[in-house]
Amino acid sequence: MKDEQQRFVSQTVPIQSATFSNPINAEIRRAADTGIYDIRGGGAKRRVPHFDDLLFLGASISRYPLEGYREKCDTRVTLGTRFAKKPIELDIPVTIAGMSFGALSGPAKEALGRGASAAGTSTTTGDGGMTEEERGHSKTLVYQCLPSRYGMNPDDLRRADAIEVVVGQGAKPGGGGMLLGQKISDRVAEMRNLPKGIDQRSACRHPDWTGPDDLEIKILELREITGWEKPIYVKIGGTRPYFDTTLAIKAGADVVVLDGMQGGTAATQDVFIEHVGLPTLACIRPAVQALQDQGLHREVQLIVSGGIRTGADVAKALALGADAVAVGTAALVALGDNDPKWEDEYRKLGTTHGAYDDWHEGQDPAGITTQSPDLMARFDPLEGGRRLKNYLKVLTLEAQTIARACGHNHLHNLEPEDLCALTMEAAAMARVPLAGTDWYPGKAGF
Amino acid sequence: MQTIDLEAQGLRALNATLQAQKDASNQTAWEIVNARGSHAIAVGLDAPIEVTVNGSTGYYCAGMNKQATVHVKGSAGPGLAENMMSGTVIVEGDASQYAGATGRGGLLVIKGNASSRCGISMKGIDIVVHGNIGHMSAFMAQSGNLVVCGDAGDALGDSLYEARLFVRGSVKSLGADCEEKEMRPEHLEILTDLLERSGSDAKPEEFRRYGSARQLYNFDVDNAAAY
Repeated sequence: MKDEQQRFVSQTVPIQSATFSNPINAEIRRAADTGIYDIRGGGAKRRVPHFDDLLFLGASISRYPLEGYREKCDTRVTLGTRFAKKPIELDIPVTIAGMSFGALSGPAKEALGRGASAAGTSTTTGDGGMTEEERGHSKTLVYQCLPSRYGMNPDDLRRADAIEVVVGQGAKPGGGGMLLGQKISDRVAEMRNLPKGIDQRSACRHPDWTGPDDLEIKILELREITGWEKPIYVKIGGTRPYFDTTLAIKAGADVVVLDGMQGGTAATQDVFIEHVGLPTLACIRPAVQALQDQGLHREVQLIVSGGIRTGADVAKALALGADAVAVGTAALVALGDNDPKWEDEYRKLGTTHGAYDDWHEGQDPAGITTQSPDLMARFDPLEGGRRLKNYLKVLTLEAQTIARACGHNHLHNLEPEDLCALTMEAAAMARVPLAGTDWYPGKAGF
Repeated sequence: MQTIDLEAQGLRALNATLQAQKDASNQTAWEIVNARGSHAIAVGLDAPIEVTVNGSTGYYCAGMNKQATVHVKGSAGPGLAENMMSGTVIVEGDASQYAGATGRGGLLVIKGNASSRCGISMKGIDIVVHGNIGHMSAFMAQSGNLVVCGDAGDALGDSLYEARLFVRGSVKSLGADCEEKEMRPEHLEILTDLLERSGSDAKPEEFRRYGSARQLYNFDVDNAAAY
C-alpha cells in the first residue's frame, strides 16, 4: 500500500535555470578545464534589437508605388565627394567589408574581389596588407590603415582607390586582435615582418596618433602622400556613434564607416564580442544626427555594417540615413562558409554548420578562413566570385523591390517615414514609430 | 639647389614637386624654407634626392619616405619618418613621440633626444638616437635596430619581437618580455656600422643589447600576469 502511494505522488519537473543555463554551465566547465577565455570569430550571437524589428509601411492612398518590372529604381552611390579628387562610383550601395589576408586565404580574397567587381562594388583589404590576388581582381579596392600597419606601404596606398583609417570595429570596439600562430604561413609572416608560427598581435591604438586632433593631421599626411586623390574613410566601432561620427567629420573624413556589434571579426574573446559595443540598429540614427548637425549628411557618406544579411536589411539601413552598407560575414557565407555540405567535418571539429566560428584555428573545412594548402585547394575563387556576385545582386534586387513598393525611384530616397517598429526597443533605437502608433520612446511631446 | 618657400608655395605644391622627382632627375638637391613647424613636410617621396628643411617640422615629416635623404635642421614633431621604407632622415634637434613608427627600412638619425614610443612597432628600420629616448620606446618592435647613445625611459621594448635594441646609458625599466642579451661579434658589427653612418663617436663596447625573451610569442594562460 505504501509503495503504491509513493508511486502516485506527483514529482517536480526538472527545471533548467534561466540564469545557469546549459550553455552557460558548459562555458563554466570549459573555463575550469582550460583556464583560458574562449576566443572565436564572428560577431555577437546574442539576440539584440535588429533590422528584423522594423517593417516597411509600403505605399497606400497617400503614396503611390513604382511598377516593379518597369519603373527604374536607381542604386548607384558615390563615396568620397567631400575632399577627394577621385570619388568612388559604385553601381550598388552594398560593399565588401575589410577582412584580412591571413584571416582569409588568398583565393578567398580573390573571390571577394571577383564577386564585388562583377556586381559593381568595392572590396576592402584588412589587417595584413594588400595582396596581388585582391588588387588584381578588385575593380575598386579600399585599403585599410590599421593600428598594426602590417603590410602598409606608400605604393599600395597609391594603388588603392580609397583609404580606410580603422579606429575600431563593431565586434571589439576598443580592442586589438590576434592572429594565432597556426595561421602564420611563410607568406603571411613575410607580409607582416614577423617570424612564422608566432601569434601576431594587432594593436588597439594607432602607433603614431592619439585622439581626433592627431587624426586630422594623420589624414592630412595620407592625402599628401596620395595627392588628395583618394577618398579617406574613417571606420569606427559602434559605441558612441554621435560623438565618434562628429569627431571623424571634424578630422576630415570623406566617409564614415560605422560597424555595429553584430559585425564579425576573425578572432577575439567571446566575452568582448558579446558584451562590448552597440547593436547596429542603435548606431545609425545618432550617426546620421551627427552628420545632419554638421550640415554634412550625404556630403560625408555613411556606410553601415554589422549584421547586414538581406535586401531588407540594406533598405532599412538606407532608410535610416546610411548611404551604403558593408557585408562581411554574409559574404563569407555566400562564398561557402558554414555550408551544410561540410557537416561531417564540422562535427569532427566539435561544431555544426551555421555555428562554426573557430576561424582563428585555420581548420576551416570550406577552405576560406585558413592558410592550409590542402583546405585552400577546396575553394574555387571563380565559383566563389560567381556566388558572391549573385548574392550581391539579390540583395540589390530585394532592396529595390522594397523601395519601389514605398514609391521611391532611388534607394537613397528611402526614409525613416517608410518604417515602423515592432518593439519598443527598436522604436527607441531607430526613432521610428511603434507599429500602429505615431509614437516612439524619447519623441518630443510624449 | 632649388629652394621652396613653404609659406609662399604651400604644402600641396611642395609635396607634389618633391614627389614628382624621378630616379634620373638631375635636380637632386632641395631646400625648404619657412617650414615653421608645418605638418606632413616631404611625405611620400620616392627618388634619390636630398631635401634640407631649414627649421623645425610638425607631425609626420618624411612620412613613408623611400630613397630620399631628408635633413631637418631643427626639431621634428610626432611621427617623424613614420613607416619609412628606405632612404635616410636626419634631425639635428629633438624628435617628438613615435619617431620612426612602423618604419620598414632606411636610417633615421636623431641627434638630440627622442620622446616616448620611439621606434614603436618598427618593422626593419634602423634608428640611431644620439641623446635619450622616452618611455615605451620600441613597443611591439618587430625588426630592425634601435641605437640609443643616452638613456632609455620606462618599459623599453615592451612586447618586443625581433628588433635589436642597443643602449649606452641607463634603462629605467624593461617592458614585458624584454631582456638584456649577450652582445656578440655580429651585434658589435651592426652597431659599429650604425654609429659610423649616423655620425656618432660613441664606442660600440659601451653599449648593452636588449631583445625579446620570446616568452610571449604564443599565448599561454600561465603568462596571463605578464599582459
